[in-house]
Amino acid sequence: MRWIWIDRFVEFERGRRAVALKCVSLAEEHLHDHVPGFPVHPPTLMIEGMAQTAGVLVGDVFDFEEKVILAKVTRATFHRHVRPGDRLRFEAEVQGEVRHEGAAITGTITSNGNLVAEIELLFAHLDQSREPVEPGEGNFVFNEDFIRLLRMRQLRDLASDAPSPDT
Amino acid sequence: MALSRDEIMEKVREALVDALGVDEDEVTPEARIGGDLGAESIDYLDIVFRLEKAFNIKIPRGDLFPDNILSSDEFVQDGKLTEKGLAELKARLPYADLSQFEQNPNVQDIADLFTVDMIVGYVESKLGGEEG
Repeated sequence: MRWIWIDRFVEFERGRRAVALKCVSLAEEHLHDHVPGFPVHPPTLMIEGMAQTAGVLVGDVFDFEEKVILAKVTRATFHRHVRPGDRLRFEAEVQGEVRHEGAAITGTITSNGNLVAEIELLFAHLDQSREPVEPGEGNFVFNEDFIRLLRMRQLRDLASDAPSPDT
Repeated sequence: MALSRDEIMEKVREALVDALGVDEDEVTPEARIGGDLGAESIDYLDIVFRLEKAFNIKIPRGDLFPDNILSSDEFVQDGKLTEKGLAELKARLPYADLSQFEQNPNVQDIADLFTVDMIVGYVESKLGGEEG
């Protein structure tokens, strides 16, 4: 199983912004366990969803060759609960541009037009900040499974630039 | 219109408060970014992003916080900067006050040179340079 907390990309402007959707369902086990008797989607998983939306946005700029690491949650403010049946819209925007060292992201999450959260994240490119941690091991962030997933999820244009998992 | 040093200081303060979660009054000119304000490695990148946005400037990699002096044998021996290393550091950090550091140039004390005042000086020269 891969830890994926967004369902689909609906907008994608390379190096600038990305929009992803996530449908919250009562079939998801964590909704029952997080606050028993009051099923809400945990804010931590919304941060993860934003990190995934933004992580793909940042990774795409260098064709998924860089190991894009969530380095810092600069800010995360939540305004309302997210309940089963809600559809979340993750909008991630690059502040300035993606640099060789990493990128800063401003994100908002909305549900049916209502503001759910404001999140700022900082990503670092691991090999640019220090010695490569696993030389020759390939990219453990955007690994084969992940690239395959991008292809499956109608992100063909996006994934076509990435190294093929079959080679 | 050129910003005064005080105006630059205000914006630098705002960037550091946001990046490091410190109180405004902690951000004094003498405060060390690491030692006093608690910045860790990734925070330096965050600071660079915020300064670029606040002042609409470009800060090339290693320009504000030099990052590759320590990896050279030519510049560092036995945990201290060589004369060559010191000269390089002076050239790379023209806005830092090295007078004390020079007397005992321990590599581990380099981070103490990164002060709020140094950042303000860097931004000031950057803004002046781009206008001129």
